[in-house]
Formats: sequence, C-alpha cells, structure tokens
Amino acid sequence: MTSDSQSSTTASAADSPAQSLVSLKNVNKHFGDLHVLKDINLEVSRGEVVVVIGPSGSGKSTLCRAINRLETIDDGEIRIDGMVLPAEGKALAKLRADVGMVFQSFNLFAHKSILENVTLGPIKVKGMKGGAAKELAMSLLKRVGVDNQAQKLPAQLSGGQQQRVAIARALAMQPKVMLFDEPTSALDPEMINEVLDAMVALAKEGMTMIVVTHEMGFARKAADRVLFMADGQIVEQATPEEFFTNPKSDRAKDFLGKILAH
Amino acid sequence: MDSFLSLFAEYDVPGAFWVNIQLTFWAAIWSFLLGAILALMRISPIASLQWFGAAYVNIFRNTPLTVIIAFGILGLWGQLNVILAEDFDLNFLRLAIMGLSIYHAAFVCEAIRSGVNTVPLGQAEAARAIGLSFLPAARLIIFPQALRGAVAPLGNVLIALTKNSTVAFAGSVVESSNLMKEMIEFRGDLVIPIFLIFAMGFVIIVVPVGLLTTWLSKKLAVSR
Repeated sequence: MTSDSQSSTTASAADSPAQSLVSLKNVNKHFGDLHVLKDINLEVSRGEVVVVIGPSGSGKSTLCRAINRLETIDDGEIRIDGMVLPAEGKALAKLRADVGMVFQSFNLFAHKSILENVTLGPIKVKGMKGGAAKELAMSLLKRVGVDNQAQKLPAQLSGGQQQRVAIARALAMQPKVMLFDEPTSALDPEMINEVLDAMVALAKEGMTMIVVTHEMGFARKAADRVLFMADGQIVEQATPEEFFTNPKSDRAKDFLGKILAH
Repeated sequence: MDSFLSLFAEYDVPGAFWVNIQLTFWAAIWSFLLGAILALMRISPIASLQWFGAAYVNIFRNTPLTVIIAFGILGLWGQLNVILAEDFDLNFLRLAIMGLSIYHAAFVCEAIRSGVNTVPLGQAEAARAIGLSFLPAARLIIFPQALRGAVAPLGNVLIALTKNSTVAFAGSVVESSNLMKEMIEFRGDLVIPIFLIFAMGFVIIVVPVGLLTTWLSKKLAVSR
C-alpha cells in the first residue's frame, strides 16, 4: 500500500466517527473448489455484540478468522476501524494487536506460565514495562477468576480455566474488537457456563464482539444481532428475539428446528 | 598386555581423541547456529528464503562429507587461498570445523523442523493474533517449544557429528583415525587391539551424549 492511500483512509476514518468498527465488503474466499465465503457484506458497530450461528461447514469460523487475516481472502475488502486490513508485515501485526481472538482450542502458549501468557503481548508488542504489564495481567486474571493460578502452566488448568485465561490474554492488548471462534465447543459441559459468564460480562461492559458459537442461550442473553450463515452466505440477520421466535428463511427454520427440538 | 600398554606410551591416544572432541564441540556450535537460521528460513513466510533453505539442505545433505572436507583443503585453501589461521595445523583444524559445520547444519535444520512440526499450528496463530510478527513469534513461541521437541533428533545429529569428526582426516587434521592409521602402520602386530582402542574411545564419548539427550528430551518436554 502506498503512503498516499494510507493517509487518505486515515483521514476518512476521522471524517466519519459514526462508521462501523468492522466492515466487510463483498468478501469472497475459496478453499480449492469450495466457495466458503460468498460475497459477504457485514458492518459491526462499536459496542455491538454479533453472534454468528449456522450449521458446520457454513463458513462462520472462516469468516471470524478472516477478520484478523488468519485466513486470507480472495477478493473484497475488510476494514477495522476504517483501516483496510494490510496483507502482511508489521502493519498487519499492528492491526492484529487491536483485534483480540479467542480460539476453540484455547491455544495458550504451552511453555509459558499463565501470567506470562497474559503479559507477553503487552510487553513484546506494546512495549509495556514488566511491572505495569504484570499489574494489568493480574487484574484481568482476577476479572475472569483465575488469578490464583497465575504461576501454573496451561496444561495444569482445566479447559474452562484455560479459556478464561485466553480471554484475559486477548483483553490485555486492550483490543477494539474481540473475535470468539467457537470458544466453548472444546469444553466439558460443566465448564461452558464459566466461560460464557465471562463473555456476557464483557458484552455488558460494551466490548465489540463477534462470536461464532452454538450456544443459543448466550445469543439470547448477550447478542445485539444474530447472523445466520449457511453455505458461505449470510442468510438472515435479526435481533435474537426475532430470529429465535420468527425466523424468516427456510434454512434458518430448518436449522433451529433441528437444534431446538429437544 | 605389556605391548598393548606400550601403545599408550608410544602414541598420544587421548591427545588424538581431544582433537575429535574439539572438532565436535566447535562444529556442534556452528552447525547449530547455522541450522537454526536455515530452519527459520524454511518456516518463514518469504518464498525466496524458503527456497534458499531448501536448496541448502538438499545440496549439503546429499553431498558426501569427505568431498566437503577435501574441498576445504584442496579448493578453499589450496586454490582460493582461504586462510582461517596463521598457524598451519590450526588452519586445517578450522577448515575441517567449517566443513563439518556446513554439512551438519543441513541435518540440524531438518531436526529443528521436525521439532517445529511438534508445535500445534494454534500456537503460531495465537502468537500472530496478539500482534507478534514472524520473527518475534518464532523466537518467543515457536522455537522454544520446537527445540524441546527436537532434542532427540538433535542428539542423533550430535552423535553422527562426533563420529563424522574422523572425516577431518581427509582434511589433513591429525585426529584419532589419523593416529589409528599411523599406529597400524607401525604396529601391525597389534591391529585388533588398536581397532578396539578407537572403537571403545568413541563409544565412551558418544554414550553419555545419548544418555544426556534422552534425559533432556524427557525433562524439557512441553506438557499439553
């Protein structure tokens, strides 16, 4: 990208403060012959909580991962806070620091303690001093209820605890938006709620969140908008109340029929 | 028995082995550094670096060590006048260390890469997601875990290097196999004992290396 076009995007960001925080325009992606994202358009406002649901293979995880470019896209445009997502290099790393990500499989750094997992980003990416980073990390760990585990290694914690640490690790970067890629899918049932509670609390504090999940309870409780995806397309979007009681599309009716039958 | 012991009086056997240990020690350090850089190139996102790393490994892994060492003496020193030390013997020693390092770096690279494969992809993704670019992610997250997974294969490379240090003979370095040849020449009556001395000498050097790497790979294993 040339410096000219970069400064112009920055200028336009300043011109329209009301614009969306995350913006996807005509995003397409293929895995070989499979068209996983078909012309996706999505605007997420500051402070909005968007829950993405849909059958497996519908492209919802790919969508989530494309927003911080863990998946590249074939064409279209993704903007975070008005800035076009850079292709690679330092500019991309800098932008990723503003986008928190929580993975299905936690992905805590296995050789580092819980505390180091949380302080690593602030120290190495943001250049924060060790003491300040530790203070920040401990307050975040306390917030998600695992501050008493700070000196342990990830493998010594339960899945639910690990995922809460992963949330704290992402928050330590003070991100503008948090992405959750099926954060409770790898957890034992009794640990799902402790993670969802942390996420609900985060949503109440006004964090902008994009959450891919199968937890309909969370969608009802915390979402501002539910996005239903199928076959790589956004089929329907509505408030949770409207979506769950009165789905418009046949695909959504079929999907809800299957998961809510019991 | 007396004649056997006289071998040790006549010839400096420990001194010859000491040369092999020096060759191994320095070549281990240089090949590790070079191999780590090559491994970094091979896992980097930059295509030209990946290509260079792969080309290096495939060229040097598939070239006989004897050819590399002989080239050090006959090509680098003899033809191109590359001098690594003023002292004649030290120059040969350093050329041999260079040859051993260049050759074994290819194997170190592949051992480290096998270690990188033990690190789940999610670790790299998490590192990128908090805003680390390639080099810090490799240095802070990937390599520390990969090296622990690579201890056993790296140990194998070190064992091979220890024994391959005898190829420095081809580079006119006076080390144990050189001494062995000399001893056999002058004490043909003791061929079998002479062979045994050198075989046992290497076993004594190499066994602790194997024990150490097995112990280390257990102790350093990353629990997941």
